[in-house]
Amino acid sequence: MVAEVINNGFYLDEAEGVFRFRPFGSWIIRNLDEVERQLGGFALPRSDAPVVMDLSDLERIDLAGAWLIHRAARQLSADDHPVSYESVGRAAGILLTEVADAERPLHQPPPVPSKARTLIEDVGKSVLGSLGDMRALTALIGSLITIGAGLFRRPSIFRPTAVLYHLEQTGVRAIPIVALITFVIGAIVSQQAIYQLRDFGAEQLAVEFVGIVILRELGVLLTAIMVAGRSGSAFTAEVGAMKMREEIDAVRTLALDPIEVIIAPRLTALVIAVPLLTFIGNMSALTAAAIVAFFYGGVPIDLFIERLRDTVEMVNFTRGIVKAPFMAVIIGMVAVVEGLQVTGSTESLGQRTTSSVVKSIFLVIVIDGLFVLYYAVVDG
Amino acid sequence: MAINPRAIKTTGYLIEATDLTVGFDDVTVLEDLSIQLRRGEILGFVGPSGAGKSVLTRALVGLLPRRAGHIKFFGRDIDRIGTADRRKIERRWGILFQHGALFSSLTVKENIQVPMREHMDITQELMDELAELTLSLVGLPGDAGPKLPAQLSGGMIKRVALARALALNPDILFLDEPTSGLDPVGAAAFDDLIIKLKETLGLSVFMVTHDLDSLYRACTRIAVLGDKKVMVEGDLNTILQFDHPWVRAYFHGIRARGISNKAPSALAEVQGQDPRV
Repeated sequence: MVAEVINNGFYLDEAEGVFRFRPFGSWIIRNLDEVERQLGGFALPRSDAPVVMDLSDLERIDLAGAWLIHRAARQLSADDHPVSYESVGRAAGILLTEVADAERPLHQPPPVPSKARTLIEDVGKSVLGSLGDMRALTALIGSLITIGAGLFRRPSIFRPTAVLYHLEQTGVRAIPIVALITFVIGAIVSQQAIYQLRDFGAEQLAVEFVGIVILRELGVLLTAIMVAGRSGSAFTAEVGAMKMREEIDAVRTLALDPIEVIIAPRLTALVIAVPLLTFIGNMSALTAAAIVAFFYGGVPIDLFIERLRDTVEMVNFTRGIVKAPFMAVIIGMVAVVEGLQVTGSTESLGQRTTSSVVKSIFLVIVIDGLFVLYYAVVDG
Repeated sequence: MAINPRAIKTTGYLIEATDLTVGFDDVTVLEDLSIQLRRGEILGFVGPSGAGKSVLTRALVGLLPRRAGHIKFFGRDIDRIGTADRRKIERRWGILFQHGALFSSLTVKENIQVPMREHMDITQELMDELAELTLSLVGLPGDAGPKLPAQLSGGMIKRVALARALALNPDILFLDEPTSGLDPVGAAAFDDLIIKLKETLGLSVFMVTHDLDSLYRACTRIAVLGDKKVMVEGDLNTILQFDHPWVRAYFHGIRARGISNKAPSALAEVQGQDPRV
């Protein structure tokens, strides 16, 4: 092993039964790792031999270095050695006094509970958390209904500017991405439908299948998922940041209702925007389907439109788009409830935003499933 | 070591900024501003709100780009050194931001240990001891350690931020409004702490403040920022005699009546010296 060159450390001499602890070099925080490594296993046999802390070779010292010297001296005293200091410079003297004054027992953190206990606690907390979510959601629905009812008595609480602003943010600006993603999915579904039905010589049926599946399910579902990822996350982050910076409290103390001022315009905008975006998504997906049908399936565009008109009833479109406002409400409310639960730390903002997106996408799919069940029952 | 100690002796300045110009878009906040920080002094920086005090601090530590001018730390031009040397300089200063800027997802103890953990290779045990020591030094109780910043009061946040700034035993301490938001008793204790740290650790302090008590108790030199540059600098008497409407209003106003009848203790040692040395 190559011996390490030690620039900062200590000597320990013994003469006539007296130990001399002589630190040398710079005992400053930048060299602390080096000093601590050497000091690591330092101990003298337990005895009443006196120890002199001789600081004459010490070039520089700072608070951290003083702490290490103080700690070594305290350890030696605890082992029954009478400890005295020698050649202590002015700065070192002040620092050693300062360190001795500031010393206090390390704060003992409360003992960590056992794994089993933590597990049970975590389960309990998440159950209570879900109940809390439901409570918050119910309270929010209540407040929104109250505000909605109040709108009839006092139309002035409607905030057209805010609603239009959010309509632009969540609606107009989402058009390109919603159109793009539905276009791509429309093309994929169309290609698969033609490919699978070709074996039966039933390419023509692909138009009917694609039309129904897009209008009833895919258009609205894809739009809602995009909106949840795009605007739901933005709402949570906005509301969460407002909560963190006490803006929500400020709104409240100005004799305003945060739900009315901050939340209602966003939700209104979503309820208007999602159906419109769904319509755009439907058209975009159908266009893609027609293009693929023309190039891949050899179905002329006019034939595609004709078959679409003849076989796909209007009810497919209405049954799809009627889901959009429900999904919009769920996305908006989940986003807001999560945002309001943000606490002081940036970490919780991130967690809440993630959970907002995950929960709203999940709930959008659940709602879609419920509608499917409902229609199945209604159509018998 | 890359930082040449001789360079410090020849210029005598820890920070030397010359002809600094800083601005945003079409607004110039600071123009041809020059300022120096000497070893072992507490330089107090005052000026009207919006005069660019925080901008100056941020420009000095490199958080804001500057349009012109040179900045030397420890006698070395920061434009002419590599990243490694720059990191070394950065480890020799500590900054207390106006709002604390604590990491909100870390506990108080972890906040203080961040610089130690990142820059040094020492045991967790020693880090815990040093964190406890620093907490005690800035006057915080031991049970503050495991708390999160969101659970602290404004004054405690300032103290934790100071503890974090002190964690690497810096040579220079930048303080941006350290006593704002503290009650007068707490603010006085904070001033005492800064003076004590200056005397024990040999800190040099660059302090932006509006607190007149801090100015006359803690600061060894005062600079007034106005009209995009340093209007006047020197000891308290120099400032008091300076004839400018804002400076007069500030130092002779009703809130400044304590200054005229109390002898500023910290200023005593530099009085009689030429402030431009």
